[in-house]
Amino acid sequence: MSAASGISRRSLFKAVGGGIVIFMGLDSLPGRAQDGRRIYPEDFNAYLVIGANGRVTVFSGKIEMGQGVLTSQAQMAAEELGVGLASIDMVLGDTDKCPWDMGTFGSLTTRMFGPALRAAAAQARKVLLTLAAGELKAGLAELVVHDGVVSVVTDPARKVSYGELSRGARITQVVDGKAVLRAASDFRVMGLSPQRLDAVEKVTGAAKFAADIRLPGMLYASILRPPAHGARRTLLDTSQAERMAGITLMSQPDLVAVLHSDPQLAALALARVKAQWSQPAAAVDTQSIFAHLVSNAGEAKSVASRGDSAGAQLRASQRFESRYAKGYVAHAAIEPHAALAHIENARATIWASTQTPFPTRDRVAKALQMDAGHVRVITPFLGGGFGGKSADAQAVEAARLAQLTGKPVQVAWSRSEEFFNDTFDPAAVVHITSGIDREGRISFWDYMVYGAGERGADAFYDIADLRIRSAGRSALDPTSASASLHPFAIGAWRAPGANMNVFAVESQIDLMASAAGLDPLAFRLKNLTDARMRRVLQAAADAFGYQPAVAPSGRGIGLACSIDAGTCVATLAELRVDPASGKIKVLRMACAQDMGLVVNPLGARMQMEGGLTMGLGYTLSEELRFRGGDILDRNFDSYQIPRFSWVPRITTLLVRNDELAPQGGGEPAITTTGAVIANAVFDATGARLYQLPMTPARVLRAIAEKKLQSRTP
Amino acid sequence: MNTTIRFVLNGRPVSLEGDDERMLLWVLRTDLELTGTKYGCGEGLCGACTVMVAGKAVHACTTALKAIAGKEVITIEGLARDGKLHPLQQAFIDHGAFQCGYCTSGMLMDAAAFLREHSKPTREEIIRHMERNLCRCGTQQRVVEAIESVAARIGGPS
Repeated sequence: MSAASGISRRSLFKAVGGGIVIFMGLDSLPGRAQDGRRIYPEDFNAYLVIGANGRVTVFSGKIEMGQGVLTSQAQMAAEELGVGLASIDMVLGDTDKCPWDMGTFGSLTTRMFGPALRAAAAQARKVLLTLAAGELKAGLAELVVHDGVVSVVTDPARKVSYGELSRGARITQVVDGKAVLRAASDFRVMGLSPQRLDAVEKVTGAAKFAADIRLPGMLYASILRPPAHGARRTLLDTSQAERMAGITLMSQPDLVAVLHSDPQLAALALARVKAQWSQPAAAVDTQSIFAHLVSNAGEAKSVASRGDSAGAQLRASQRFESRYAKGYVAHAAIEPHAALAHIENARATIWASTQTPFPTRDRVAKALQMDAGHVRVITPFLGGGFGGKSADAQAVEAARLAQLTGKPVQVAWSRSEEFFNDTFDPAAVVHITSGIDREGRISFWDYMVYGAGERGADAFYDIADLRIRSAGRSALDPTSASASLHPFAIGAWRAPGANMNVFAVESQIDLMASAAGLDPLAFRLKNLTDARMRRVLQAAADAFGYQPAVAPSGRGIGLACSIDAGTCVATLAELRVDPASGKIKVLRMACAQDMGLVVNPLGARMQMEGGLTMGLGYTLSEELRFRGGDILDRNFDSYQIPRFSWVPRITTLLVRNDELAPQGGGEPAITTTGAVIANAVFDATGARLYQLPMTPARVLRAIAEKKLQSRTP
Repeated sequence: MNTTIRFVLNGRPVSLEGDDERMLLWVLRTDLELTGTKYGCGEGLCGACTVMVAGKAVHACTTALKAIAGKEVITIEGLARDGKLHPLQQAFIDHGAFQCGYCTSGMLMDAAAFLREHSKPTREEIIRHMERNLCRCGTQQRVVEAIESVAARIGGPS
């Protein structure tokens, strides 16, 4: 066994003890981001350690925010190692212990980290089998592994456990990616849905979230916020707050906070801090943002282009021009951002609700002017993320206040701060011009998106003449020239951009189906050769009990599909529209998806249900109200997220495809919600909704306009 | 007002000195270090802080200490008895009725209080009652199924 070189940057053995340590080598795995950058791993770090007691500790930079990766990663490691799930201990999101990771988002854990973890575990199995062959004086081919015990096939009494093999061995091994992964047909742990490893903790209140961490002498901070983004402070008077007993005041140009050992008294003290602000005039608001986006998005970039658009437009028998829009949407995780920071002996430890522990470590180090090696971020359970816990200003605030006060400091945002500081899903506009020929084939497609980015904009239909362009995206590209396009921070929101793009694409497909005189499923199948997508559409239709009818049929049944994060997904919905109030009541939904090999079927289905349910929010009610940098919605009274009575019966179906490596699971389903509801509303009423959310007022207006049109000769 | 407040918490008597205007949520989470009860909105709008006071579900974020003097308070930490999960806790596990788990404490406490008073609720009654609890992960369908399964099994006050 060769010792891994380059590990000296951290005294790893002290941290993990003896036993067999599996490292990830630099060029061993195909873990690359879509743009070709390396994502795993950046340095040498242990992925797993097999202790003398036979227990296996798995280290992952991914974090658990409800999506179930605590369990699914343990399943992958257990499967490839050949141990039971009960033998696995997981350590997630601890920057001192886990392999570097860019963050938990993009439905990447199983797709991108999964292969690295499985390869490491398979390598460990190979190492252990080699050791066992020596110990048992048998050939490798004669050995089998079951529940962490290696035995000789022909003589099961000759056996040795992983714990016995690893005892005091302190063997290091670098993954070369050559160990063969187990076949789906042999799976014992993967492909099943064991009880989630966090189940008991989460139903007993024992599960720790960032705001639940307690340290002796800790202070709770309340931070002064401006009334609006872009406001400048012109006056500060802290005298009244400072008179309160036990209050610590910290006043920096960009950070004013009052701290107390009782969070309520800290909040009370903040209410006694007097400040005046000068606010720039509001340039845009909830209504004017769409024209603003189109005017100011800047130069468009080409996403895809093929064929001869002008010629195709001439050949089209019917031409359709539509404009779709959607406002800003909040993440609104029920857990607000929180962090506890403690600095001792020139080392900082931050417990933070973050989807990006390693980038957060680096940001904290920079703010504290410390070496990143002296900063440790520990990530407890997250109470929901959805892309919103990536900027982590609260971790930096807590760290700075801990440095200033010399005490452990918790920063836990109030709901109002959570709304104010959110990195919103951007408002967006999509223009589509498209056409069909006499046979009902899509003859051209001209697509332009402002503000949402290109995810989900790419067409998977067979369109010979097509042009797709995108302008003004800055959420995932902070250096973009259009960063100032939005009046406040925007960022990744579950399937960033795809919810808007799929809403637009699939609404347009649907209106063309109706004009072609074809039912929505037949029209899609006619224009689609992608075998996976066709299979998924058919499976969803079957699960729903779909009866073909050209829309609008009056039944209130809709269909939408998308390919997102490598997964094909199709959803059908049935709903009623109350003609008096304009209120939409979704009765049932059926969703099928092909996500390749499924690590945990129940977990996957829960993500589908969760996505569709969460999607009802951006579809029916969620639209952040603002005036310039002033965020008007600050709590759940005016900002309505889906409630129990909104949720229909949801049926989910996984279309089996074990030949394909695992694809994304957290995001695909939610991308279909907007369009499936819009298409069902059209089927029910004949009125098409071009703007999200489909509030009762907008539904009534669309129905009234529809009536007006039908009266016009 | 500074005073002594006595109440019973998860079966044990508690005596606290201090301002009786303080909210129960923060007293639980800081003084008593029972962090299973969560802050979500601070205004009684989300249900994450739901606890039981004298058998009824209340929002701890808007309940002052003086309102619980002399009463019995049960938090999520007191729902399991003698090391055995409450039937609702087991049902939440069996039905996959949580994802991130942040709203789970409040959901369980509100559902437990509800089943005390409604022996055989219909699905619609469960939905109507749970309406005031928010979950962002989208577990609502499974929460309803979990509560239904317990209601069907116990068929009476727990």
